[in-house]
Amino acid sequence: MQHFLYVLRENPITVIAFSLFALIVFAALFGPLLAPYDPLASNPARALQPPSWDHWFGTDQLGRDVFSRVLVATRLDLTIAVAAVTISFAIGSVVGTLAGYYGGLLDQAVGRVTDTIMAFPLFVLAMGIVAAMGNTVENIVYATAIINLPFYIRVARAEVSVRRHAGFVEAARLAGNSDARLLAMHLFPNILPPMMVQVSLNMGWAILNAAGLSFIGLGVRPPTPEWGIMVAEGATFIISGEWWLALFPGAALMLAVFAFNLLGDGLRDLIDPRRRT
Amino acid sequence: MAERSRLELIGRRLLSAVPSVFGVVLVTFVLTRALPGDPAVYFAGMMADEASIAEVRQRLGLDRSWVEQFFAYVWNLLQGDLGRSLMTGRPVLTELAERLPASLELTFVALLFAIGVAVPLGVLAATRPDSWVDHLCRVVVTAGVSLPTFFTGLFLVYIFYFLLGWSPSPLGRLDFLYFPPPHVTGFYTIDSLLAGDFETFRAALNQLALPALTLGLFSLAPIARMTRASMLQTLSADFVRTARAMGLAGSTVLWTYAFRNALLPVITTLGMVFSFMLGANVLVERVFSWPGVGSFAVDALVASDYAAVQGFVLTMALLFVLVNLTIDIIYTLIDPRVGVEG
Amino acid sequence: MERRLFLKGGLAAAGGAGILPFLKHLPAHAQGRGDTLVVVTGFGPNSMDIMRVGANRPAYQLSINLYDQLINFAVVEQPDGTYAYDRDTLVPELAESWEIADDGMSVTFFLRKEAKFWDGTPVTAEDVKWSFDRAVLIGGFATVQMRAGALEKPEQFEVVDEHTFRVHYLKPSKLTLPNLAVPTAVVFNSKLVKAQATAADPWASDYTHTTPAGSGAFKLERWDSGQQTVYIRNDDWTQGPLPGVRRVIIREVPSAATRRALLERGDAQFSIELPPKDAAEMQAAGRVKVAGHPVGCCQYHVGMNLKFPPFDNVLVRRAVAHAIPYEDIYNLAAFQRGVPLWGGESATPAEAVWPQPAPFRTDYDRARELLAEAGLPNGFETTLSINLGLADWQEPTALLVQEGLARVGIRTTIDKIPGANWRTRALIEKDLPLHLENFGGWLDFPDYYFFWVLQTDRLFNSFNYSNPEIDALTDSVLHLPVDHPDYEPTVKKMIEIVWQDVPMAPLYQPYLDMGMSQNVEGYAYFFHRLLDARRLSFA
Repeated sequence: MQHFLYVLRENPITVIAFSLFALIVFAALFGPLLAPYDPLASNPARALQPPSWDHWFGTDQLGRDVFSRVLVATRLDLTIAVAAVTISFAIGSVVGTLAGYYGGLLDQAVGRVTDTIMAFPLFVLAMGIVAAMGNTVENIVYATAIINLPFYIRVARAEVSVRRHAGFVEAARLAGNSDARLLAMHLFPNILPPMMVQVSLNMGWAILNAAGLSFIGLGVRPPTPEWGIMVAEGATFIISGEWWLALFPGAALMLAVFAFNLLGDGLRDLIDPRRRT
Repeated sequence: MAERSRLELIGRRLLSAVPSVFGVVLVTFVLTRALPGDPAVYFAGMMADEASIAEVRQRLGLDRSWVEQFFAYVWNLLQGDLGRSLMTGRPVLTELAERLPASLELTFVALLFAIGVAVPLGVLAATRPDSWVDHLCRVVVTAGVSLPTFFTGLFLVYIFYFLLGWSPSPLGRLDFLYFPPPHVTGFYTIDSLLAGDFETFRAALNQLALPALTLGLFSLAPIARMTRASMLQTLSADFVRTARAMGLAGSTVLWTYAFRNALLPVITTLGMVFSFMLGANVLVERVFSWPGVGSFAVDALVASDYAAVQGFVLTMALLFVLVNLTIDIIYTLIDPRVGVEG
Repeated sequence: MERRLFLKGGLAAAGGAGILPFLKHLPAHAQGRGDTLVVVTGFGPNSMDIMRVGANRPAYQLSINLYDQLINFAVVEQPDGTYAYDRDTLVPELAESWEIADDGMSVTFFLRKEAKFWDGTPVTAEDVKWSFDRAVLIGGFATVQMRAGALEKPEQFEVVDEHTFRVHYLKPSKLTLPNLAVPTAVVFNSKLVKAQATAADPWASDYTHTTPAGSGAFKLERWDSGQQTVYIRNDDWTQGPLPGVRRVIIREVPSAATRRALLERGDAQFSIELPPKDAAEMQAAGRVKVAGHPVGCCQYHVGMNLKFPPFDNVLVRRAVAHAIPYEDIYNLAAFQRGVPLWGGESATPAEAVWPQPAPFRTDYDRARELLAEAGLPNGFETTLSINLGLADWQEPTALLVQEGLARVGIRTTIDKIPGANWRTRALIEKDLPLHLENFGGWLDFPDYYFFWVLQTDRLFNSFNYSNPEIDALTDSVLHLPVDHPDYEPTVKKMIEIVWQDVPMAPLYQPYLDMGMSQNVEGYAYFFHRLLDARRLSFA
């Protein structure tokens, strides 16, 4: 804890990142309650209005309130990212740990699979998966999880294989612990910190990825508000002067990704032993 | 270090890439077959009836089983035949060969820009860790990687083309006024220089500026981070301390000792960034009407153009292998410690 | 070094592509000054041959500009000062004149004797016959389109002498002659193309795919697939007045926003098919010219699939037709770039025209009544499908339809289907319960629309609508001349039946909007919705 506070004091940026993160989580939890308008309701009389006191972020083609939509979209975007990252974290850490611990054929097989995924142009792979399975939120999550998987497997594998013959592991083994217990109780906690950094950095990327898919047209279904799709749709209005349609969701998207990336950096500082000295 | 062992290393690397390339071929094949939409219906065209759809299906070989189709595809592949794109009716190989230089040129220029900005930033940050300079660098590069490329691209076009009129129309590789330089490398900038045509060179560079900037901004972060981390490590290393203790000038120590040694991990990162940028191209090419492989792949995917998608993914996979190999070779050249055992 | 080579007539005539490598720049002042016209479009051709199986819509543009037809439609000035083709007046192109036989069973064309292909060989009746044989036999779009005009067999095409060509009718039809004035009925340089034929490719479509072989007003200078198509004027053209521009560069720009920026900044002088919003705003701003014309024989509608309950119940379909916020769609999604097709005064049509306003209006109470009458007082759930490729009008429209239907208890999920899959789902498998669709026919007759869209099992009948009376009535008038005494009453009857059966709720008849610089003149709207660059010139 002492160390935590020290790092925060030393690193004002991480403080900003934590506050931004808190803001995003707050918006995700309470956004629907706070939204001044129904994010789905059209209002033909107020279509395409610039930002004003009534509509802070202006209104869109159908007269929907952009501020409400941006606010409400937080939950979905965050959910997609969290779900995708959780899946890749869960599968990646188990597979990577096993591969790192047992080595041999299993390790080689896992290595081949990750190599194969990595050899794909990742965004195009995600596009292909969503296009093939249909564009639903679940499939966006799966696609994002799959393209992130190799990074988790690699981190977990590397961390475990370094430690599998470490003194404390050998000691635990001699004490009669089973492999499963050894992995779960002794090795896994050790790989958690580097994995958490990966998680945080990946969150931002997962959000961008989902937004990119929406931009191509393979995203969330309308009328559900989602940042990427709002930017994509707003993009067609920039030249005609309705800049607020793309700018605000774009800014929200950027802030969220920004927060996660800074957070990842901050976490790395927290746990990186080289920086601690 | 023996020449033979280096060749051996290259051979081993190439061989080890074979399974993953095969995996890519297989997965892409299955994925394209799972795409919705019947290419036969799509390409039989407007108002086609059952009979003409069936005829198209048979001509495309789509009436055969997946297994048969796969073996036919692999067989053709081994003979260097990537098939014919249904969208354009031309061989996929021709399409890719025409479009790949555009994508590569864009990626290279973007990478150069990113290196030019990120490496100095990283060094600067490392020399003053935890100062406001360090924090600022971090915020800047993180902001860059947090921007969706399609969003940045569109705003850059709006500001620099539409409002200010500083940059040329975002229409592919050359403005209307110019014709492509004689084909040598396929890179317009290099080809125009080879032809001694500076005007076309400038025009090509102008067209490159905004898309490269968009793509480059996105790639600052990993390079800057790695430079900073690597520099921090070498700066705290014994030999640097010794050098300083011996009274060598700060800049000499920084550039001659620390930086050169910090370079290795940065180069590895560059390889990764390059592969990643080739993939991220897809969206940037779309915004800037860039005639590269990325926009081709998106169109192909939407049109269920199997051969084109497969050809694109395979090309990217091969490039990926090639980039990694190049990095490995550079590694062995720079660092004698990474040797045959490596 | 002479870097800025000026393009002189003789230079380019010396041999198009061969000379290009030496031309590094076009002189800047040549742009938009009677020399080069820059056109931007969303997507470009995938073939240089309209008859090639799989050729897309932009490929039809090549037919119009690079090839000649026997005849074409006249162009007349519209009340608003724009120009449009006239369905009822045919004018000569390769044919100098034509005569319909006394028995009404054939038409004889007399070809221009001076007409020549680009390679200098004269255009003969032999070329026309080979081209038409090709069209009816090659399969795909060309064959289907020829058939719509009762042109089905090579035996119908007769070479009378070198410059006389005859088409025998299978049956007299008002559609046959107009159907020879459409871009599928183009004439190829048969000697040149035949020489490239192989056993596997008897019509040499692999050759014409990249190498046009015509006699048209423009020649192909270059085609960079996915990037641009460049036409250069054929100065030896005799089939009409020489085009006003020497070179036409058609650039593919996927982003509509970028196309707008290019046009507004003057870097492009013509933009094909403006999105409705851009058309409305640019017309209001007045910096560029916008020429809009309602697309003939076309309507945007909400289709209901009778195979999927409860849409098999006409009361439900009528309820849907009363629960659509037509006015909002027209204002917010179409930006009023269209002709309203709702709120018709009477359940019986006054005129035999299509499309025309249907007797439906937004009336949620009436819709609820109808639903209750159908035994669904609490509504139901269904999927509303839209085509991703047409999202610019379909998505806002779908959202408004969804909201309107929700007010009467019909809960919908919007499903965006990628363009490649749309044809399969909507038109081949016909398995979309509720969807947005549009069909535009080339030949602007109500019965022609019914033939494609409303007869049982027709390709564009995405509703699985089947009414034997409509089938029979459509067949009975399809080939009748419009001045036949039976024509008008029958067509009115057909329209009335469809209004009663409500397989679709018509929204509006869209405009075809083209944007151009103030100094571009001569644009005319055509049924094919493409650019006939031959007519354009700079003021």
